[in-house]
Amino acid sequence: MHNENQPLIFEVSKPGRIGYSLTDLDVPEVDLTKLLPETMVRKQDAALPEVSELDIMRHYTALSNRNHGVDTGFYPLGSCTMKYNPKINEAVARIPGFANIHPLQDESTVQGAMEVAYDLQEHLCEITGMDEVTLQPAAGAHGEWTALMMIRAFHEANGDTGRTKVLVPDSAHGTNPASATVAGFDTITVSSDENGLVDIEDLKAKVGDDTAALMLTNPNTLGLFEEHIMEMAKIVHGAGGKLYYDGANLNAVMSKARPGDMGFDAVHLNLHKTFTGPHGGGGPGSGPVGVKKDLAAFLPKPVLEKNDGLYTFNYDVPQSIGRVKPFYGNFGIYLRAYTYIRSMGPDGLKAVTENAVLNANYMMRRLEPFFDLPYPQHCKHEFVLSGRRQKKLGVRTLDMAKRLLDFGFHPPTVYFPLNVEEGMMIEPTETESKETLDSFIDAMIQIAKEVEENPEIVQEAPHTTVISRLDETKAARKPVLRYTPETEEELVKA
Amino acid sequence: MMHRYMPMTEADREEMLKVIGISSVDELFADIPESVRFTRDLAIKEAKSESALLKELSRVAAKNADSKQYASFLGAGVYDHYKPIIVDHVISRSEFYTAYTPYQPEISQGELQAIFEFQTMICELTGMDLANSSMYDGGTALAEAGTLAAGHTKRKKLLVSETVHPESRDVVRSYADGQQIEVVTIPQKNGVTDIEELKKLLAEDTAAVLVQYPNFFGQVEELQAIGELAHDNGALFVVSSNPLALGILTPPGELGADITVGDAQPFGIPEQFGGPHCGYFAVTKKLMRKVPGRLVGETTDDQGRRGYVLTLQAREQHIRRDKATSNICSNQALNALAASVAMTALGKTGAREIAYQNYAKTHYAKQALENAGFSVLGGNAHFNEIVVDCKRPVKELNKQLLGQGIIGGYDLSLTYEGMENHALFAVTEQRTKEEIDALVQEMEAVHA
Repeated sequence: MHNENQPLIFEVSKPGRIGYSLTDLDVPEVDLTKLLPETMVRKQDAALPEVSELDIMRHYTALSNRNHGVDTGFYPLGSCTMKYNPKINEAVARIPGFANIHPLQDESTVQGAMEVAYDLQEHLCEITGMDEVTLQPAAGAHGEWTALMMIRAFHEANGDTGRTKVLVPDSAHGTNPASATVAGFDTITVSSDENGLVDIEDLKAKVGDDTAALMLTNPNTLGLFEEHIMEMAKIVHGAGGKLYYDGANLNAVMSKARPGDMGFDAVHLNLHKTFTGPHGGGGPGSGPVGVKKDLAAFLPKPVLEKNDGLYTFNYDVPQSIGRVKPFYGNFGIYLRAYTYIRSMGPDGLKAVTENAVLNANYMMRRLEPFFDLPYPQHCKHEFVLSGRRQKKLGVRTLDMAKRLLDFGFHPPTVYFPLNVEEGMMIEPTETESKETLDSFIDAMIQIAKEVEENPEIVQEAPHTTVISRLDETKAARKPVLRYTPETEEELVKA
Repeated sequence: MMHRYMPMTEADREEMLKVIGISSVDELFADIPESVRFTRDLAIKEAKSESALLKELSRVAAKNADSKQYASFLGAGVYDHYKPIIVDHVISRSEFYTAYTPYQPEISQGELQAIFEFQTMICELTGMDLANSSMYDGGTALAEAGTLAAGHTKRKKLLVSETVHPESRDVVRSYADGQQIEVVTIPQKNGVTDIEELKKLLAEDTAAVLVQYPNFFGQVEELQAIGELAHDNGALFVVSSNPLALGILTPPGELGADITVGDAQPFGIPEQFGGPHCGYFAVTKKLMRKVPGRLVGETTDDQGRRGYVLTLQAREQHIRRDKATSNICSNQALNALAASVAMTALGKTGAREIAYQNYAKTHYAKQALENAGFSVLGGNAHFNEIVVDCKRPVKELNKQLLGQGIIGGYDLSLTYEGMENHALFAVTEQRTKEEIDALVQEMEAVHA
């Protein structure tokens, strides 16, 4: 049984093998035990693998073959915008003048990097309708927290210290309430109405002079545009609060509507989503924050500026919330996003949104006869089906998601948003062809039929993957979070 | 319009509109109120072709001075090290870099296993019980260690050594601000944490003591003594550590650290103007359920086959929402993979050898500078950085060095009072004896 397992790199290690090439030392040898106090000198080498270069390449190639990416196949993971990752982005990020520059070099020696960053800020201001942008945050959640810290600083600067609450709709991403907590706020949940939009009456009831901000994703996680956005802005602003835009779903409205025109005071973008980051198996991301003028004084330090054709970092920002990350953000990622924006241009970005929304609506209408669709109006870039019809037949959404693996597809986001029972959130993106959408739709229809005629095949899925469903309870009950030869023996026994 | 990233043809669109039952895409945007509808074209630069854009951006990049053309002695948290060529080949496999977070384990075993191996390697180097799947960078990892400590001890004060990277200290302060945690600086003495001052500052409200190893000045702190003081006061001991140095230095886990964090940039990750790099976060077993971010654990499937899953997710934002231990979601997975490949390539002997070479070259530079009459801070308990009194403004010196193909050290007068004319030089294994000699000669020449 154990032989079927993909070996860990530690298990192919053999004492004496090496996989590195270091230049011989060209300065005198030293005796560490004489130069450093005894307590500081490592006694036992770290048990890192001992393998040849080919061993390494075979190992990671084998691992990559056990992984599904956008380049492998369709990846309609809702709210994650799994679009194609252009290869020119990768080429640009590896140009030596971008890859091998140090963040603390004299500004005169990195003007090219600062030029790109500044131009990207300008582009993002125009795309979002905001006045200023910082590129410092490392990812979306980091951007949320950065903006909330700025909103807190704004209120405090106005002597308005009683604003301790952040309003978050029940359909919001989990990072919203978590970021509010990390920024020191209490989260108040606002309900959705029967149309899947924020319940205006509930918002009115919960907003008050203790409201620091409302965090909103528009379109929301159901893929629906919050039509009453101007009324909501009026309510929140009327109470003295700020309006925060979670940019996770920007792909749905680029060049159709801008957060800055909808009354939002601050916005974060996920450059690794809308702007082809790529996702990297979970990161690195990049989460710039854009703000309106009245929040600009609180931007994190340093602020990138252009004076007389020269780019400079301004550290003299007295009301700044401070630094949120060492150096200037994930340059290598926002450089890719910049390359993408420059590859698309204004017409391209408009076509991105139109195609993304068209694709989602097409899929939604073709799947509507086979699954429950709790919110039947036109969607934006994504839509949410409910598996409650199938659940009555004993098959859960999780089972259907696993069955999709047998067809070579990555499943949709499941059980999210929380306000849809047995939810399946599907986001096709604009980079997929009609043929791909059709083959996914066909698979979904076949699965719906299987649920009625042969539910076991769905309940026991997947059947074709390198591994079947894993025992997550066992993983959590007695966590094994690192390799040791002993834990491997125990695992086999258990 | 047709674009190489968008396959829909006009005919496709017509068919799809028919299925939806509408005549134009515009109808799909009718729910956007007219008052907020954006009707003009975005005023951004027009699209460029692949070759035209590559040419333009290559020219912009050429305005920068990079560490392939120049001999760089700049470190201060970001280093020019040997990057095994194999690293880029592995992370260029698009099954890795075009994948999302491995939420579907059956088709993500590659990524999950790679992270499990990363967690193991970090544990091996740091001597800690467990490590997470990565953080944004060393600075935010340190900040989250501080907030974890405050939450765990229910105390509201962090003592941070002045010898911790100034930018990391700034980030610690920003995170602490949000949660009304007080941050107090422990002064340094002769380039290391002043233990007598630490004793005075430690009190019942101290949540943690935070130090760096080797510290910002390149000096190796006496961890054990600091850790014991922290623990005697019921505080946690947090160490920010350059993992490459741990090839020769005693791991923090053996010297009392409760949390060890840092940045894995020295392992195979380019400088990239400061990011993306790769934070790591390692703890003792007792803090396992407080760790921020993703953890990968081992388990089996129904046929007894070994596999890996994201585990202990009850800590995380997508489950706990406002009760989560941290708001982190995206991390640095691809860079953790890069670091894993570099750590694997170096392996058991290479990790020691590369760290040893860094020490030896720095020691050589230290002696050469001292022989040339420059005073160097501290004794031999350094790693790959040293503080040198350049006897003249560092900015001025660096300008001259640049003209000779050398990127000089970090100007300490920018962040430390009383350190006029002092530079922090990093001497990695990438610097040759000739380059070190040239640096010393240039520094002397200035004064001749």
